[in-house]
Amino acid sequence: MPSPRYWREIPNRFRLEAARCTGCGTVAFPARTICPKCRGRELESVRLSRHGKVVTSTVVRVAPDEFMMEAPYAMAVIETPEGARLMTQVVDCDPDTVGPGMEVDLVFRLIRKEDHGGILCYGHKAVPVGG
Amino acid sequence: MAGIVGYGAYIPRNRIKTEEIARQWGKDPATMSRGLLLTEKSVPGLDEDTITISVAAGQAAIDRAGIDPARIGAVYIGSESHPYAVKPSGTVVVEALGIAPDVHVADFEFACKAGTEAMFVALGLVDGDRVEYALAVGADTSQGAPNDALEYSASAGGAAFVFGKTDPLVDVLETYSYTTDTPDFWRREGEFYPRHGGRFTGEPAYFKHVIAATSGILEKSGMAPKDFRHVVFHMPNGKFPQSAGKQLGFTKEQLEVGWIVPTMGNTYSGSSPTGLAAILDIAEPDDLILITSFGSGAGSDSFVLRATSLLPERVKRAPTVKEMLDGPRRYLTYGEYAKYREKIILNT
Ligand SMILES: [Zn+2]
Repeated sequence: MPSPRYWREIPNRFRLEAARCTGCGTVAFPARTICPKCRGRELESVRLSRHGKVVTSTVVRVAPDEFMMEAPYAMAVIETPEGARLMTQVVDCDPDTVGPGMEVDLVFRLIRKEDHGGILCYGHKAVPVGG
Repeated sequence: MAGIVGYGAYIPRNRIKTEEIARQWGKDPATMSRGLLLTEKSVPGLDEDTITISVAAGQAAIDRAGIDPARIGAVYIGSESHPYAVKPSGTVVVEALGIAPDVHVADFEFACKAGTEAMFVALGLVDGDRVEYALAVGADTSQGAPNDALEYSASAGGAAFVFGKTDPLVDVLETYSYTTDTPDFWRREGEFYPRHGGRFTGEPAYFKHVIAATSGILEKSGMAPKDFRHVVFHMPNGKFPQSAGKQLGFTKEQLEVGWIVPTMGNTYSGSSPTGLAAILDIAEPDDLILITSFGSGAGSDSFVLRATSLLPERVKRAPTVKEMLDGPRRYLTYGEYAKYREKIILNT
């Protein structure tokens, strides 16, 4: 059965929709209703830039069953220019070349396939800029 | 008539060389490469499909158009490799691009001409003032059966075009379509790989339709081959479009820019549209451009286009086709390719 959580998360998974606090400017991703920094309640919807930098990363060599075909792959925390952080796979490259400071584009990709002919789940992954 | 206000393309970074496939099946690499005029082809990653390619190309088209995506009133995705048998690719694409929910969406199929089919309908809706902007995409991640001639060419990629009436980058001057019942290539419901009629795919299918549609639009528009700066035909391999061009009286120079098949492969519904995107990347104001697609079954769509003075400055807003073809690439072995294309059966 399609996961209701996946469907509910479409705005942030598909469009990188975040919330910016009108009081202190903090950008929260995924979007929240209360500012995590100043507890302010006035937040506006913003879309994150589709690029960022690797903050920290690791290479997954023994992957969960459903990602077995993709191993080895890099997982990284990416920071966007808005200051939001997200954890994604870094693809289309040699995973051992991924490291802090690497510039990446955030691209729309298939994340996983639900079992037994279930739905296809999409979201964003990172790809190194220019190689 | 309405015009193209934004365009974009996407080609995956994974590649496999013609010689790598030939070696796998004990064929002479040089003979295969020379025979098909192909040196390599693009391969989708495990996480890439018609939906992700459509989003990437569509985003580039919206960036070049510089419009609010919510103003796009129709989205049509042409492909023969839609990831779902039931649930339109367009439903995911409109959410990802920020176009939903005030939009008419449909998936189109017509073998390799589903992309131009989407363009034809999108153009018509804008022309008739039914919608302000319409997005048409041709994208595929098609498969050829192992050791079939199609395995050397079937690749992945696509192109997207936003049609509108304000600030066009390209004017559409004329359209023409030509369709018959010709069983040259097909895939029955539930079959994994398509089947084709071997040599039957050439003369009575590709050449008959491409030549009829192109001759038809030349007559309808009162133009001659020499009037065009660039021309692109559907590219099932390197040879067919060259041969069709010659028969119609076009020169190698007119075909050159759009003829991207030697390193991209045949992206099916994305083939001639991506060739068109490569032309728009370098076209100069007032250049006349002709595109003729071909879809097995069979039919061809032709468009006569003219670049406007706005085009050159918009090109840099998104990656060009050449940047994607010549940019970062990963070359796969046949084993990796088989894994990526899910040709390996696992005991799970
Ligand atoms: Zn705050």
